[in-house]
Amino acid sequence: MSHVIEMLNIRKEFPGIVANDDITLQVEQGEIHAILGENGAGKSTLMSILFGLYHADKGQIKVKGKEVRINDPNDANELGIGMVHQHFQLVQTFTVTENIILGKEGGFILDRRTASKKIKDLSEKYGLNIDPNMVIEDITVGMQQRVEILKMLYRNAEILIFDEPTAVLTPQEIEDLMGIMRSLVAEGKSVILITHKLNEIKAVADRCTVIRRGKLIGVVNVKETSIAKMASMMVGRPVSFKVEKKPAQVGRVILDIHDLKVMNSKKILAVKDFSFSVKAGEIVGIAGVDGNGQTELIEAITGLRAAESGSIILDGNDITNADIRKRNEIGLGHIPEDRQKRGLVMTSTVFNNVAIKEYYHSPFSKKGILEADYLREYAQKVVGQFDVRSGEGIFSFAGKLSGGNQQKLIVGREVVADPELLIAVQPTRGLDVGAIEYIHSQLIAHRDKGHAVLLVSFELDEIFNLSDRIAVMNSGELIDIVKTSETNENEVGLMMAGIKRKEGEQ
Amino acid sequence: MKSLKKRELHSNAFLVAVSAMVLGLIAGAILMASIGSNPFTGFWYLFRGSLMNIERVGNTLATATTLMLVGLSVAFAFKTGLFNIGASGQMLVGGLCATIVAHKVFLPRPFFLAVLIGSALAGGALWGVIPGFLKAKFNVHEVVATIMMNWIAYWSVYYFVPAYLKGPSLETESASIAVSQSLRNEWLTNLFNGSYMNLGFFVAIISVILIKFILDKTTLGFSLKAVGANRFCAEYAGIKVNRNVVISMMIAGGLAGLAGLSFYTGYSRNMQIGVMPSQGFDGIAVALLGASNPLGVFFSALFFGILQSGKGFMNAMTKVPPEIADTIIAVIIYFTATSVLFKRFWDAAFRRRNKRINPQEDSVEMTPEKEGK
Repeated sequence: MSHVIEMLNIRKEFPGIVANDDITLQVEQGEIHAILGENGAGKSTLMSILFGLYHADKGQIKVKGKEVRINDPNDANELGIGMVHQHFQLVQTFTVTENIILGKEGGFILDRRTASKKIKDLSEKYGLNIDPNMVIEDITVGMQQRVEILKMLYRNAEILIFDEPTAVLTPQEIEDLMGIMRSLVAEGKSVILITHKLNEIKAVADRCTVIRRGKLIGVVNVKETSIAKMASMMVGRPVSFKVEKKPAQVGRVILDIHDLKVMNSKKILAVKDFSFSVKAGEIVGIAGVDGNGQTELIEAITGLRAAESGSIILDGNDITNADIRKRNEIGLGHIPEDRQKRGLVMTSTVFNNVAIKEYYHSPFSKKGILEADYLREYAQKVVGQFDVRSGEGIFSFAGKLSGGNQQKLIVGREVVADPELLIAVQPTRGLDVGAIEYIHSQLIAHRDKGHAVLLVSFELDEIFNLSDRIAVMNSGELIDIVKTSETNENEVGLMMAGIKRKEGEQ
Repeated sequence: MKSLKKRELHSNAFLVAVSAMVLGLIAGAILMASIGSNPFTGFWYLFRGSLMNIERVGNTLATATTLMLVGLSVAFAFKTGLFNIGASGQMLVGGLCATIVAHKVFLPRPFFLAVLIGSALAGGALWGVIPGFLKAKFNVHEVVATIMMNWIAYWSVYYFVPAYLKGPSLETESASIAVSQSLRNEWLTNLFNGSYMNLGFFVAIISVILIKFILDKTTLGFSLKAVGANRFCAEYAGIKVNRNVVISMMIAGGLAGLAGLSFYTGYSRNMQIGVMPSQGFDGIAVALLGASNPLGVFFSALFFGILQSGKGFMNAMTKVPPEIADTIIAVIIYFTATSVLFKRFWDAAFRRRNKRINPQEDSVEMTPEKEGK
């Protein structure tokens, strides 16, 4: 087979960092080629060069054997290179057809019908299952992604680049997407898949180029390579996927919830008569498909949302209607689901972010005046202990940190405050294996210190790896709460679908 | 490392401001040339008009005083993520309260000044706190609320001044405040050769220092800035967002009230009815050019003061209309509003220079990629 894309000895420098150092990528016609690397390894830079968003300082790009110069995305499109971005570029109020022909309208008179027909044919050919007349805001995220794919196909793209395509998808949608990728290559297209998720590479890719810190580590045949091998190539050391932990030493009840009812933003009951408790020294994981009331439950416990009725007791104190600061003072730590929106002030420094919950009391401040020296010392401690890496240390802006380091900063802030109850919502979403491993070990260390941990995750692996007990949530109800050692993924999966344990056994 | 970082940040905002000023002045020069005047003569008389002798310097400082306080008001609200477009109304109410005190309260000078300043502060704060409260309680956008408050203040003054503070001759303005009951000070007036210079200037300087202190060193400033930069994160951290919105608007209103004090009982000594003070809006420009930083506001107010105060003289000595000065201000606002462009330009320039001097410098994990977002 011939190489449809060749990027030879690419070098790209940014001020202070070599993002791509002599990287070579060769993609064959009709293959799914994965590019694997941690956050910040240089994957996106490489693809941006291929797509004409950056220019390489050195190196050669060949498309179908011919050397080319790609100055901007239009050049890339001309050469048959299409990119499905992580953040979709669609007009919400336009129909599928309108979005797809945007920029390729043709003559003065808009010929929607022909376009619509072509889109419908393409959709059927590749099994995309898209109605061209739907309006974008009415369709699911997975469908929107397929519209992006259609957009590329409509423009006759031969090489499709997917940038972290599964970050926003549900497990079922991920399955569908993989099916689509397979049908794309079956039709002779080539796919480049950028990701740090090893399972997906294993499931769908033919070959995989591994990049670490801007350097090419190797190219492997996926079928012949184990996940562990690829993980260690990516991280640069062996990675353990199994989390080591001692049996739980369970103590007193820390969080006790009774008959809790919570409304969602649409004033519909999202949490229904929820009762459960978390004890000191254990990790309780809440399993469930996204959107089954987990967010509302956590917001009610943390004080971001008012409870409709019921009670929340934290370490013996009724906090059902307490304000957030009061809850924090009693001993609540919270690693929020959305670290950029809730967790950090992106335009502020690391040391201010570390102090954001505690700035108002001694020794962070005295009589309303900030103790700048203590603030910096404290931040230094957190940053050092949790290995938060940034350009200018504690003086960096939080927004300049990589995703993994931002999360480590939040975890550090919450863990160092030593709360009786630590709530972690999707604590490792979007992170690479190295960071995941680290954050998991920190959550377990917190448990082993005799504190309670409440974990919410949509990844069953994570729930099973960390939790001592698993509470399964479906449509706002607690289906059951089971010991991890006495259940399996199958059983929990059924409960997540709303089927209770006893019914499941029959 | 700390001082280095700070200097870098400041110089950056400083460079942006200076670039905007220079481009504004160049635009002014082009305009002057296009109407057939010599730009050099124009600017010569503009700056002479504001700085040529001690009296004119005093007038310039008095003009800048009001701009400084309004600029500080707008900048302070900006820091909490609020757009205070109601400084005019807050100025009017602060000025009205101060004018009433000046006419009706007679006390030994130090006590009198305290009451005078306090009344303006309270009046402005009241006019700021109402939109703040509406925003916090009912989520009424502060831009809408403050504009409405401007007109309530405007018509209140329209009614109040003729009814209670009428002067002997004109229906349209209040009686003049006796010099001894104003912010004028004999020593200052003499020092600046009979100019409008008044004690308001010191009120402004103290305000600049105080606001800088509050923003940089206090827990109040910390929480206000957190709310301004990311209210969701502030809420998550246990900071009472709504309370901070109200406090911020109260302080911003108070500062604009002080601007009214400096204008109506210092610069002029009476209140005209039917005039919405334009300084309320110029203050937005001052805050923008000063990058919402109290020190930046200090210098940008001086600069705008120079332009405002010299334009009359320029007009008298050349054919250049005074509106040119306003045009320059407008152009500067445009350039400051697009300051992102300058910032990029200077960032790139610095980076090139740094790289030449020391290519290994800051070779750290900077991720220019969008990964992980």
